[in-house]
Amino acid sequence: MGECIEFEHDVLVIGAGGAGLRAAIEASAAGVSVGLVCKSMLGKAHTVMAEGGIAAALANVDDRDNWKVHFADTMRGGQYINNWRMAQIHAQEAPDRVRELESWGAVFDRTKDGRILQRNFGGHKYPRLAHVGDRTGLEMIRTLQDHGIHQGIEVYMEVTVVELMKDGDRVVGAVAYDRERGRFRIFRAKAIVLATGGVGRAYQITSNSWEGTGDGHALAYHAGADLIDMEFIQFHPTGMVWPPSVCGILVTEGVRGEGGILTNSEGRRFMFDDIPDNYKDQTADTPEEGWRYVLGDKIARRPPELLTRDHVARCIVREIREGRGSPHGGVFLDIAWIKEKMSDSEAHIKRKLPSMYHQFKQLADIDITNERMEVGPTTHYIMGGIRVEADTQAATVPGLYACGECGGGINGANRLGGNSLSDLIVLGKRAGEHAAIYALETQAGRIDEARVEAAQRTALRAFDRGGSEAEGPYAVQNDLQVAMQALVGIVRTGDEMRTALEEITKLRQRAEEVGVVGHREYNPGWHTALDLENLLTVSEAIARSALAREESRGAQFRKDFPSKDPGWGKANNVIRKARDGSMEVEKVPIHDMPAELQAIVDEMG
Amino acid sequence: MSSATFRIWRGNVEGGKFHDFSTEVSEGMVVLDAVRRIQAEKANDLACRWNCKAGKCGSCSAEVNGMPRLMCMCRMSDLPLDRPITVEPIKAFPIIKDLTTDISWNYVAKKKIRKFKPRAPDHDDGTWNMVQDDVDRVQEFRKCIECFLCQNVCHVLREHDLHDDFIGPRLFVYSAALEMHPLDTEDRLEDLKKAQGIGYCNITKCCTKVCPEDITITDNAIIPLKERVVDRFYDPLAMFLRRFRRKKPDKGVGENTK
Repeated sequence: MGECIEFEHDVLVIGAGGAGLRAAIEASAAGVSVGLVCKSMLGKAHTVMAEGGIAAALANVDDRDNWKVHFADTMRGGQYINNWRMAQIHAQEAPDRVRELESWGAVFDRTKDGRILQRNFGGHKYPRLAHVGDRTGLEMIRTLQDHGIHQGIEVYMEVTVVELMKDGDRVVGAVAYDRERGRFRIFRAKAIVLATGGVGRAYQITSNSWEGTGDGHALAYHAGADLIDMEFIQFHPTGMVWPPSVCGILVTEGVRGEGGILTNSEGRRFMFDDIPDNYKDQTADTPEEGWRYVLGDKIARRPPELLTRDHVARCIVREIREGRGSPHGGVFLDIAWIKEKMSDSEAHIKRKLPSMYHQFKQLADIDITNERMEVGPTTHYIMGGIRVEADTQAATVPGLYACGECGGGINGANRLGGNSLSDLIVLGKRAGEHAAIYALETQAGRIDEARVEAAQRTALRAFDRGGSEAEGPYAVQNDLQVAMQALVGIVRTGDEMRTALEEITKLRQRAEEVGVVGHREYNPGWHTALDLENLLTVSEAIARSALAREESRGAQFRKDFPSKDPGWGKANNVIRKARDGSMEVEKVPIHDMPAELQAIVDEMG
Repeated sequence: MSSATFRIWRGNVEGGKFHDFSTEVSEGMVVLDAVRRIQAEKANDLACRWNCKAGKCGSCSAEVNGMPRLMCMCRMSDLPLDRPITVEPIKAFPIIKDLTTDISWNYVAKKKIRKFKPRAPDHDDGTWNMVQDDVDRVQEFRKCIECFLCQNVCHVLREHDLHDDFIGPRLFVYSAALEMHPLDTEDRLEDLKKAQGIGYCNITKCCTKVCPEDITITDNAIIPLKERVVDRFYDPLAMFLRRFRRKKPDKGVGENTK
């Protein structure tokens, strides 16, 4: 297996998107030695693709906003199975974290009086999203990256972790390989923060890059940590559907925030047809009222296009299935129509949505200032993740922390747009802070050399099987994506999900037999074979959790259980590895929130 | 459905050659789709970087038919399919394998640029006021996705290999974003002149031409920085007047927005 290079840090952060970077910055500020491992080059993580904005109740645009409204919006959006304490911390601390980004050099769009501008977004009562056109994620990751490189953080680029190492109960390190040379590395650490993002590559149509293979979820699971809410996958309502090669690429909710409307083949604004009861009093009655809201009229209520993502995605699916879709199997998203209302609409659209303009112009030959877009749902985000303690982001295994998309709890059954970027910096900071505190109080553990050798042997198995006769990893990955898309998608049934679990078992057998060609140096076939293991683990967790939750809530819609169940309204699903190595699901009760939070929900929720 | 031949460079630091792969072309396809299809079906170990597939992350830089492009934004319908499409790695950095190059120098060089240093906050809550007109030009620079195509075509790096004395267009754009940031108070002019070699740029504008984000690199970032350096270090009148002034040299004539 050759040499295995060793590194030692107090805190090891795995993943360098917004959450990982923010955690690393906070940990290093506490004076501990920090290593930051990322699967791609620094600054390329999935955060870069976030478009619409960062939700924070700064109240710069509407002074009625405050953390309580943000908290109530988040809980309503998550259908009240969120971790209420996380939702509270998030709403309270997001404004400070956004202002902190500005002090680190971020340049947000401005209000007329020179403060941070905020825009409308789905499920948020007031304009709340600090943004930079439609490239807010780029601004955030670049700000954190450029601040972080001066903090003494050691960054290991293009390094992938394959297994966490434990000493007794606690995690004490990780075994990884570098992409460039394929050499193994051991990272010794007193505390580990997982910030590996999502699982979108488990599905065929996704906005996620190759990296979103659930690495953190799988690493934590195999290290004995609990996962929570894994059934809740967010299908973003608006992904590109045409041409086929760009299918799934995200179209920001900011388009609707700026006045974009959804129409079907009959030209009807179908979102007016189905408004959920709990949003009726917040939603406009007429297109005219909706437009006034977009313009900032404080009396007007928001247009139904800005209902929560789970609901909008289902309405779009309904239109398509009932034969009222667009020519390429989506519906129409129209921002060009605002020219009826605005004389300079073309310049306005290009200024507020520059990368959407660019993306459609270059990839689909469509000028969004003049033509309608075709859009449909795309797998975007997982609400579920590693179960953590709200204040510290500590997982259920000592020494292990999680934040960002791979952490679970804050979003409940559905995440509001814009709450992800704020979650990254609020909970990322806390994860880094508490990982550093833990590391300062803890002695280094011992890593079992035999375990390290075993991890390396396992990682190299695909080479032993070679590439000439064995099946390659891409075919298995593709079949998994097809199965998950068809059987554990937006509309689910028990029978289909049982079939999915059988499929996953068969795919796992195939995955154990895949072979790779070539050598260890920068070999994507090998990397895909290793990522596939993680994808299978998270896919099983998603299917098992979804099967167990016999109700429809938020992002989970069960055709065989189409209503909400009050019992499930007070419970989360926990996934963990049983003693015999099988995956077990446990329904755990949600504790009642304290009276002062309940009062906020009762008043505004 | 038509088909196309891709002539992809494969090899490593010791050498390599072009290999031909034929693949089907579907509507709307981009070069990255073809490369990934070839990777999945014919050459599992073909090395290339990509992430967002939408021109937002700047990972998939390569030279397509000799032109520096993001593979994800390079439409097949814009390329002649009657002859092989060549895809090769960018040239200004050492090869790792196939289409991947060692771009770590960019990260090392960036770290040497003095970090953002804001003035004291305008308000007690630690916030500032900035108006949109003042941030527009900085926002242009901050659109940069760090694809390093500008570094790739800059002859100072590509032909003359002056990586030790010159930071290249990307990092001038980065410096300009800091220097023109309304809140920044740091002074980077001496670094730009000496260690970062801005004088080597002779404004051929190749960088601007290849920028996938349409940043006007030369006119809006490099030339204003050059002017500031010239004003500071070479303007005879300013040099003369400075001798009679007790205060520190300012950051450049006509530049009082800080």
